[in-house]
Order: sequence, then structure tokens, then C-alpha cells
Amino acid sequence: MILTILILLPLVGAVVTAFVPGALARVVGLGFAGATLVAGIVAATQYDVGGGMQLTETHVWIEAMGVHYALGVDGLGLLMVLLTVVLVPIVLLAGWRESEAEGNGGAKAFFAWTLALEAMSLAVFTATDVLLFYVVFEATLIPAYFLIGGFGREGRGRAATKFLIYQLAGGLIMLASVIGLYVVSSNQGNPSFLLTDLAAIDIDPITQRWLFVGFFIAFAIKAPMFPVHTWLADTTEKATPGTSVLLVCILDKIGTFGMLRFCLGLLPDASQWATPVVVVLALISIIYGALVAIGQDDVLRLIGLTSLSHFGFIVLGIFVFSPTGGTGAILYMVNHGIATALMFLVAGFLIQRTGTASIREMGGVEKTAPVLAGFFLVAGLAACGLPGLSPFVSELMVIVAAFDHHWLVGSVAVLAIVLAAFYALWMYQRTMTGPGREGAAPVADLDRREVGILAPLLLALVLFGFYPMPLLDVINPVVHDTLTGVGIGQEGGPQ
Amino acid sequence: MNLLSHSVLLAAEGTEIPVVAPDTGAGGVFDLLWLVIALPLLGAVLLLGVAPFLPASLRATVDKHGHLLGTATAVASFVLSLVLFLSLLGRDAESRQVGQELWTWFETGSLSVGMDLLYDQLAALFLLLITGVGSLIHVYAIGYMEHDPRRRRFFGYLNLFVAAMLTLILSADFVGLFLGWEGVGLASYLLIGFWQHKPSAAAAAKKAFVINRVGDIGLSLAIALMFATFGTTDFGAVSELTGEADQGTLNALGLLLLLGACGKSAQVPLQAWLLDAMEGPTPVSALIHAATMVTAGVYLVVRSNFVFELAPVAQTAVVVVATVTLLWGAVLGCAKDDIKKALAGSTMSQIGYMMLAAGLGPVGYPFAIFHLLTHGFFKANMFLGAGSVMHGMDDDVNMRHYGALNKAMPVTFLTFAMGYLAIIGFPGFSGFWSKDKIIESALADNLLVGLLAMLGAGVTGFYMTRLMLMTFFGEKRWAKDVHPHESPKVMTVPLMVLAALSVLGGVLLAGDWIVTWLEPVTGHAEHHEPPLPAIVITLLITLVVAIGVAAAWFLVGRRDIPREAPQDVSFATRAARADLYGDAINDAVVVRPGASLVGGLTTLDRVGVDGAVEGGSAAVGGLSTTLRRVQNGFVRSYALSLFAGALLLVLVLLAVNLG
Repeated sequence: MILTILILLPLVGAVVTAFVPGALARVVGLGFAGATLVAGIVAATQYDVGGGMQLTETHVWIEAMGVHYALGVDGLGLLMVLLTVVLVPIVLLAGWRESEAEGNGGAKAFFAWTLALEAMSLAVFTATDVLLFYVVFEATLIPAYFLIGGFGREGRGRAATKFLIYQLAGGLIMLASVIGLYVVSSNQGNPSFLLTDLAAIDIDPITQRWLFVGFFIAFAIKAPMFPVHTWLADTTEKATPGTSVLLVCILDKIGTFGMLRFCLGLLPDASQWATPVVVVLALISIIYGALVAIGQDDVLRLIGLTSLSHFGFIVLGIFVFSPTGGTGAILYMVNHGIATALMFLVAGFLIQRTGTASIREMGGVEKTAPVLAGFFLVAGLAACGLPGLSPFVSELMVIVAAFDHHWLVGSVAVLAIVLAAFYALWMYQRTMTGPGREGAAPVADLDRREVGILAPLLLALVLFGFYPMPLLDVINPVVHDTLTGVGIGQEGGPQ
Repeated sequence: MNLLSHSVLLAAEGTEIPVVAPDTGAGGVFDLLWLVIALPLLGAVLLLGVAPFLPASLRATVDKHGHLLGTATAVASFVLSLVLFLSLLGRDAESRQVGQELWTWFETGSLSVGMDLLYDQLAALFLLLITGVGSLIHVYAIGYMEHDPRRRRFFGYLNLFVAAMLTLILSADFVGLFLGWEGVGLASYLLIGFWQHKPSAAAAAKKAFVINRVGDIGLSLAIALMFATFGTTDFGAVSELTGEADQGTLNALGLLLLLGACGKSAQVPLQAWLLDAMEGPTPVSALIHAATMVTAGVYLVVRSNFVFELAPVAQTAVVVVATVTLLWGAVLGCAKDDIKKALAGSTMSQIGYMMLAAGLGPVGYPFAIFHLLTHGFFKANMFLGAGSVMHGMDDDVNMRHYGALNKAMPVTFLTFAMGYLAIIGFPGFSGFWSKDKIIESALADNLLVGLLAMLGAGVTGFYMTRLMLMTFFGEKRWAKDVHPHESPKVMTVPLMVLAALSVLGGVLLAGDWIVTWLEPVTGHAEHHEPPLPAIVITLLITLVVAIGVAAAWFLVGRRDIPREAPQDVSFATRAARADLYGDAINDAVVVRPGASLVGGLTTLDRVGVDGAVEGGSAAVGGLSTTLRRVQNGFVRSYALSLFAGALLLVLVLLAVNLG
């Protein structure tokens, strides 16, 4: 029941927030987000780190077609749920005033849509029926579309449309595969959409490949990967930083989550068949994303593109099929969520003060806002994988696993540590250091509210940088199970 | 001259390579090993992480007195290091490797890395150097940074550096070493850019970090290769397993480690950041960019002796890189008018000597560390001396504006002179002993390398004498409103201590103490007869140095020094002034092509990839009409598309079920 409660809380919260008087909307919305956080923590305490699908509930939905309302989490799902329930309240707090700003859709709408998005995301991460997954997967687009289109900078309407077109295209392609899976399972006499049933059926290699392509394209758009990433930069540039956190740190994880659960979980042979292509695309994403990030002038667009590089690492970790790679990838998903959220939110506070997101038009911020600059620097250092901050551990694992896969793959991926240092520190240099722009008003430092919003993220980066074992204890069993399913033992390497 | 000869010889002799096997149950004071790191780390956390968020009145107090906390933690760490060292002395020579396992850092199905510490003879010496010289520099900085409004933060950064450097040295695992490695890189970045309102400082900081990251590619891949080959990065385990690995792998491993060392230790071709790094406050140059951090590459090679001993190609590469760098840095030192940059060129060159020794194998390891220590004393001494001069000259760094400062700053002059005599290798002074041993070993190994190292010693004599003469002797060339004065006691006392160490540092070699002390870590060296008797070599080196000194006297000391640098100079001088075109080469090979690539891709991403995907998807999916409509505003709703998808789904499901 706890998972249903977890989904219903923010869903009800969204509706209630939409109908309470405007003055109350924010408090009510935050209350529901807080309650969801508590529910998430309760779910975590009920979870046994030993692994396997847990907290399951299964109800028949459409009997004739074998559709179920079926929920459950393994370690991967649990971590994604926790990431979601932690980040949403932080986003709401960060958007407390911003969403009321002129031209934006108002706090009530922002809070309500955010809660709706939270509910749908939680449903995606907990669905264990493929059709249910597809439905909520598509349903996330509704709140996301309104969040992008309703809040942010000029041109957001076009960005929202572009986002939607991309995602719908991906969704349709996936739909074909979902149906295909169903056809196969029907033909084998037991029509069902349940993951457990689908994992048991025998799919011939050619069909597997077709189904794989459908799922993979959808998840590659979501993640995103090169070359279907261009919605990402436009969206993060135009949307509010809070919305970008929801999209990039939570929603995009559905892409790599789906790769693990559907591509590797249901179509293991096809996943191995596709490995060379996927690995190359991942490497291109890593290097290309970092290079293009260096060339950006818009802070938010730059941060968005860094995620292209980071998602490349995650996909690479998944598709080298080794315990270290898989663990690194899942850990990367969590770390990227924390680090990128910090980056977007600090950038948001910065842009509110300077009135521009153009790097060229900033400078010398550190002089009057050292705390803001400090947070910005830590976020940048996390992005470039500095040891002591959590992304390092996951990035190292992926590099090690990639190198083990083939030395050349690891050697290409590792170039990102130089490029990332360059984009992070060059952005810092141009925005924070120097004498500052002539005639520009001094930038005020972060106030207590803002520090309070950012501090938990920064502390998490440091804590998991030095002690990621609580996360790894949850992740390792999932990777073990997934790789066993693919037919790879714990020793690594195909058997 | 066959450069490979020494290594082939070594391999043929089947040298015994010591295995790292720390005793983790030593108990007693060794249980406090972690505290050596934790103390300065606590200082950094309090000064940087807590202080900014205190109530205003309390924060003002911390801003005013924070430097005392920062200094106290460094001194406490030194005292603890000293106690640890004495305890280690008290143990048998065979049981001087002590370990401490703190916690499991990370673990996956196939690898595991622990936060483990290793305290042995090598680490013990480094601890004393880092915390000892570090404490002196903290004290000095109290005076040097007195008028800086951000002094509290400066001491926080210094503490952060000390903690990271100690982590680098004490870690028992290559990944843990990497944590410290990057930590000192971060501290270096923060401190080079401490005066970040100056664009040149901010740019230099970024440059240092990014070039170091190029070296980190090497270290990261070395770690990956170790996991792939040995399944572990623990010093103990790797040192046991290298004997079974094939030589190609070990050579690759050694070369990757060398790449990392080149970045951190400013060895050619990753040297270009060090001179720019002089933008940082002078105590930083002394601590990080002379005495400790930049020598981490030498530590890495010596610590990884179990790799390099079995990797002849990599070992030869170390020797080549070192020889090139020791001359490269010396040439830069000859042409610089900026006192700090002249010293920085010298640092490069001296690290080249250490690296050279480290490339010679067990014969050289102890002398690499010996020179590292004496250099730590005399170079910190001279950097702080330079800082003292700048303090009295309104922060002017141009030696052409100095002259005749020996009378105005007698203490600075005298202490600096001790450092000067030590670095040129004046008989009896610390540098005399350490450099002599390196050149002697190099000669025994390979005549060409040995002769080049000897040449370097002569050039050192030249540029250091030039620096001395331009700064302390000759005519006053001061700017009008400058009134040089001696620095306060808080700055001169550390100078005196370092001067004493510069003079007496050679005592470490008495009775071959340092060689015997380090032998359990670095291995026993077969004695190779140098081509000439040792005493003749020593005399020859001294003669070469004397020629260098004399040349400086004739070329600099006996002439008037113009306040402006003359422009009608030889090509050699122009090249040296331009850092031997290090930046120009980087620009041509990396920066400009890189910038074009980034510019091209950025445009391509907006126009090409985006356009292709939009166009392609439109064409393939038949979406173009829809797309245009959506963008024209006819269909502003997602609903129709969703509905279409749902309809399709239901139809297919029905079809399948009915069929």
C-alpha cells in the first residue's frame, strides 16, 4: 500500500493545491510534498537491502488484456523514488518567489503542476506492469509541458512544444515495442503486461532486436543521448531552473531507468547485440556534450548540455555489462541528480540577481557574494568529478569498467575529466572572478532561506563523496540481479 | 650512449622489490595517525564551512583571529608527526610499516577500495616536511597577509591544502592517493586565484587546474589499468602482484603514472602552468609551488617503485623527461626579471633533478627524497625571502627595480644567502650533498645524462647568482616612493629557521642515514662504480658551478642593470623570456584547434544536429504537417497527440485480442 500512498499523496496534493485560495496554495503544496517525502522515507525503512522486487502490490486492471495495476521497487526504483521525493520540496522552496514573478503562471499553478509531475514520476519508477508504465510515462508529459510552457523566459512556448514533439515521438516508438511485447506474450498463450511474466517468455532474437530498438530510441530521447538531445538545451535555457531540476534530475532518469529495466531486463540478448553501437553513442554524448557545453554563453543552457555528457557516462556504465559499470551507472544517476540540482538552483539564484543568464554579461560576483560563489564552485567541481564529492566515485567506476571493456573506450571517456574541468572552471572564472562589470549593481549574497535550500544538497555531495556505502548496499544487489538476467556472472565479462 | 642500458641491467640482475605489507595492529600513538589529517581538515571546515554562516558579531571575531586557529592546527599536526616519527624510530627496522584501516570507501560486485592509511619511512619524512615547513609558512603568513581582509579564508585554504597533501602521502591506495592529489590541486587552484579580482590570477588558477587535469588522465587510466590487471589499487596488493604482470602492461602503467607526475610536478610537457601560478600570494608559492605539492610527482614515482622497477621503458621516460625539465627550468630561470618567476623556473629545474634520481631506480630513490627535503628547506626559505623583499618594495616583483637591498633588509638578505648557497651547492650546505649525489648516480648510470645534469648545476649557479646580484647588490634602482624596510619578526623568524635548515639539511646523509632509512621502502641498490672517483666528480661539479657563478658576476654584477628590460637581445634570451614558447606551443597544438572545434560543434549543434533531427523526424514520421501546425498555434494542445497514441493502442490491442 505504501507505494500507492506515495503516488496518491502528490496527486491529491496537486488537485487540492489547484483549488485552495491563492494565498494558501504554496503552503498546502509544500505540505503535500513534505508528506510525500515522509512516505518515501517510510517506504525506504520497509525496504530490505537484500534486493529483489519489494513492497509489491498487484491488482488486475483489464483482465482481458492482462493489464495490471502493479507496483513494486527494487534498489534502483527505491533510489529514484527517494531522489524524487527529496528534490521536489527543494524545488518548491526554491521557486517560492520566482514562480510569482511577472510573466510567470503563478505559484499556484507551479506548485500544482510540480506535484502532478512528482506523482507521475513516482508511478513510473514503481510501475511493474509495462502498460501501466507506458501510460504514466506519457502522462508525465502533461505537467512537464505546462511547467516548461508556463514558467521561465521568453521563447519557452516553442521550447515546450519542441520538448513535447520529441517526447511524443519517443513515446510512439516505444508504444510499438510495448505492443510487440504483448503480441509475443499473447502468442505464447499467456497475454500479460506484468514484468515478471514478460521476463519469463522466450523471445526470438530478431524480434528482441526490433523491440529493443523501439525501447532504446524512446529512452535515448528521454535520457537524452546524442543525436536526439537537442530538446534538452532549448528546454533548460527557457524553463525555470526549478523546472529544469525536475526534468533533468528526475524525469530524464526514466531514460536510463528504462534501459536497465526494459532493455537489459527483458531483452538481454538484444542489449548485448546492440552494445557496440550504444557504447559509441555514449562516448559521443560524453565528449560532444562537454565540448558543446564549453561553447555556450547561456548559463542554464550550458548546465543542460553538461547533462548530455553525464548521461553518456550513465549509459556507458550500463552497456559495458559489468558489476562495476552497472553499479557506477546507478550511483551516477543519484549523484547526477544531486549535483545538477545544486548547479541549476545556484544558477537560478544568480540569474535572479544579475537579471541575465549570459556569461558574457556577468563577472566579479564573488566580490560581493562569496557564499553564492562558493556554492557555484562546489557544484562545478562536482560536475567535473572532483574526488571528495559524490560524482567522483560513480564516474571512476564507469571509467574503470569502460577501460576493462576495452582500453580505448575507457581512454576516450576519461577525456571528459579535462573538458569538464574546463567548462566548469571557465564558467566560474567568467561569472564570478575579475573586477566585475562597470556600472553593474553589486550582486547580493545568498540569504538564509537560499542557503537553507542549497545546503542539504551540498552536504549530500560531501557525505556520499566520502561514504557512498549506504547507496551502494542498495545498488549492488540490483546490478547483480540484472547481470545474472543478462547472463553475466559477478566476475564480469560475457560467459 | 644507450639510454636503456641501466634498466636492462637492472632487469637482468633480478632486483628484489620490497613489498608493501603494513602492520595494522601497531596500536599506541599510531592509532592517532588519522588525526594528522583530521586536525588541519577541521581547521579548514571551521574557517571555510562554518565561519561564513555565524552571526555577524561572532563572524567578525573569527575573521580577526581565524588565522590563529589555522596556524594552531598545522602546528598540532606537526607535533603529532614528530611524535609518530620518534615512535617509528623506536621500532625495529623491519617493522616500520604501520597501517590504519579507517572505513570502506566504496565497493561493487568486483572491486573494493578502503580509506586506509600507510605510515612508513617514506611517509614519515614527508609528514615532517609538510607539517614542519607548513607550520613555518602559516606563521609567516600571519604577517604577510596581515592587511588582507580575507585572511581568515586564506588560512582556511592553507589548512585545506595541508590536509589534502597529508592524505596524498598517507593513503595506502592509489584511489586514496588520487583523493589527496585532487585535493591539493583544488587548494592550489583556490590559492593561485586567491586575489581573483585580478583577471590574471583567475586565469592562472584555471590554467593550473586544467593542465593538471591532463596529467590526471594518466593517473585515472593508471587506476583503471590496475583494476583491470590486478583487481585492486591497494599498494600492498599491487606491490605483490606486479612481479606476475607482463612487461608491456607495466610499461604502460609506468608511463600513465609518469603523465600524472608531469602534471603535478610541472615537468615537460605539462610545465606551462607553474610560472603563471606565481600569481598566488607568496606563502602559497613557497608551500605549494616549491616545497610540497609540486614534488608529489616525485613521491608518486618513488612510491610506485614496484611498478617502475619492472618497467624499463617507463623508467627511461622518467629520466628523459627529468633531464629535459631540469635544463628547461634552468634556462627560464636565467631570463626572468620577476623574482618569483625566476625562482619558479628554478623549482621546475630542481624537481627535474629529483625526478632524474627517481628514474635511476633504487640507487636514486633515496637521493630523490633527500633532494626533495633539502629543496623544501632552501626553496621555501628563498620564496619567503622573496616575499619579504616584496613586502618591503610595495609588492613590486621586478628585480630590475631592486638593488642594494642587503643593507635595507639585513635579515632577509642573510637568510636568503643561506638558501642561495644551498641551492648552488656550495660545499657543506644542504644542496651540495643532495645534488652531488644525484649527479654522481646519474653519471654512473649514463654519461650523457650525468653531463647534462652537471651542466644544469652550472646554469643554476648562473641564474641564482644573477638573482642575488640584481636583488641585494649593485646600485639602488628603486621606484621613487618606495622605502624598503625589514619585515616584522613573525616573518623573519621562520626565515631564520629555514635558513638554518638550508645550511644543516645535509646532516640527513651523515652515515648514509637516509639511504639506510629508506631502503626497506625503495629497495636495496647494487652499487655502480661511477666513471671517475667520487671526489673528482664532486670537484668537477663545484668547478662547473663556480664557472656559472663567475659568468653571472661578469655578465650581471659588473654591468649596470637598466630599469627597463632591454629589447635588443639574442634569440635565446627572447625564447627564455617567453618560457621557451611553452604557451605558444600549447596554443598552437591544443588551444586554438580546440577553440575552433568547440565553436564549430556549438554552431553545428544549433543548426545541424537540431535541424537534422527535427527535419528527419518530421520526414520519417510524417510529422511535418503536425509540427508546422503545432508551431503555428493551430494545435496548442498535447491532448490530440496523446489521444491519437491512446487510440492507436486500443485499436491494436483489440485487433490482437480479437485475432
